[in-house]
Amino acid sequence: MTDAFAAPQFLAAGDGAMVVQFGAVIDPAVNARVTALAEALRGAAIDGVIDLVPTFRSLMIHYDPLRVGHMALRDHVTAGLSVSGTRAARRRAWMVPCCYEGDHAPDLAAVAAGTGLSPAEVVARHTAASLDVYMMGFMPGFPYMAKLPPELQVPRLDSPRVRVPIRSVSIAAEICVVYALETPGGLSLIGRTPVPFFDLGRAPPVLMESGDQVRFEAISPADYDLLEGDYAAHRKTLDYTWVDVA
Amino acid sequence: MTGLRVIAGGLQTTVQDFGRPHVQHLGIPASGAMDRTALRLANRLVGNDEAAAALEIRVLGPTLEVTADSARVALTGSRTPLEIVGEGTVADHRSVCLTRGQRLRVPALGDGALAYLAVEGGFDLPPVYDSLATFGRAGLGGLAGRALAEGDDLPLALASVESRVEQALAKPDYLDQSGPIRVVLGPQDDFFTAESLARFWASDFTVSSAVDRMGMRLDGPAFDHRGGHDIVSDGIALGAIQVPGNGQPIILLADHQTTGGYPKVGTVIGADIGRLSRLRPGAELAFEEVSVTEGEAAARTAEGEVQALFRRIAPAGAALDLARLADSNLISGVVSATPGDDGLSSAPLGR
Repeated sequence: MTDAFAAPQFLAAGDGAMVVQFGAVIDPAVNARVTALAEALRGAAIDGVIDLVPTFRSLMIHYDPLRVGHMALRDHVTAGLSVSGTRAARRRAWMVPCCYEGDHAPDLAAVAAGTGLSPAEVVARHTAASLDVYMMGFMPGFPYMAKLPPELQVPRLDSPRVRVPIRSVSIAAEICVVYALETPGGLSLIGRTPVPFFDLGRAPPVLMESGDQVRFEAISPADYDLLEGDYAAHRKTLDYTWVDVA
Repeated sequence: MTGLRVIAGGLQTTVQDFGRPHVQHLGIPASGAMDRTALRLANRLVGNDEAAAALEIRVLGPTLEVTADSARVALTGSRTPLEIVGEGTVADHRSVCLTRGQRLRVPALGDGALAYLAVEGGFDLPPVYDSLATFGRAGLGGLAGRALAEGDDLPLALASVESRVEQALAKPDYLDQSGPIRVVLGPQDDFFTAESLARFWASDFTVSSAVDRMGMRLDGPAFDHRGGHDIVSDGIALGAIQVPGNGQPIILLADHQTTGGYPKVGTVIGADIGRLSRLRPGAELAFEEVSVTEGEAAARTAEGEVQALFRRIAPAGAALDLARLADSNLISGVVSATPGDDGLSSAPLGR
């Protein structure tokens, strides 16, 4: 299977959803086409389209079959593809504080051992990485960010944790994920952010969206404790900046 | 705060409406009622917007005490009469007005897995992303993000309701739909052997005990993957039939995760999601392939059938509420005098 398809594939997902697939891999060029199509279709405000869900390599279009059909949507997608490559876009850019020390980073030593780096070098590479949110899923507010540099890539854990602490910053292969909720999980935990990624007491509850750009900055355990309290009490919010992309 | 006091929560009673299908791109599952026809009917019977939130009841219902001055309710989704504790029963698919202090109980459902109890005016609860639907695993929506529990107070939007002619649906024949569950192939049917697919269409499956709002695991012949059983995560649609490494299919239902990394062999069409969701563990089912075009046509046909059900909703009889009937001992087919006597469902209701 090739990395990126020359023409997107249309796949049926029942009578209420369809998939527009640009590739079968995690790849920046593939994900950029997904994001661009999502923006073009969102701008077109097609009657009957309920939601557009970008993933690593495809866009899922959820629709109401009483208002629009699979074949009509294909035409909309084709039209969307013709405009999506030409528009300049803005992206939200986040700098996320993360504590890579002590109990906040239970797998840091193992990741260091697995990559042949020192723990400090793992942190340096993670904070140096410019990541893009390729997908939000599978539960509320979880950003799937890529791509990590090759020297930072480790496999999933052999035995997933039953309970991953909320706001853990984790890695596996080329992906970095923040656990917006306490769930089970099989990724290596290298740090923890004091910033809630899903907070029902905040409007909107979900922090990030597909297409956002993310970097992490290391903070001390003392700063972590301070910031965790501030965010929990809604005394502080994390701000983003806008950046232009070609 | 007045409304409904939860005396017993039942097995899993949650507030559900049409859910949040518009924010799946944030990782938020759509949730919402599993049987939309039954939800819409319940709301229609009490005079609500059909998309209003109601209580979704699973297998064993709650006992609720009216703490508002009065409240109008209707039970749908099952042919199970509503019990008015100590007074009698009221037929399903019929609205009834209760007053402060009266207790209603939804007993163990006699047929399917689901029932819906709508209350006139709906619930006074805060929406999350425009919906009151409960999504328990993230603690969001509904009453405190979870199923009802003993001692809860469920606040209602209306402190009292007007007396008026009650409404009923005479023959809830949407509960009798049968035949194979219709499935559109894909998006990843090419991950499975041709023999597996042939076996899928030809075999009977059984609903296993692993069934909840998120999904339904089936017992039956396993699928054989042609190659790997992992894909790079993509979107998940309601009704997707996901096949993990062990080959046993799982149909993803209302609370399904928004994205996933297992191949999906097919997707149950929207028109069949309600009756699929009503199946209880042990129920048998089979599948039939349809095209996307056929699935979309089935959606239009199903909507026509729902509209026909709505048109058959008719006055249920005298505009007397239950309490007054009980007081005056008028056993006119609205309530029976003997607790446990199912007089109502067999009595004429002015249809």
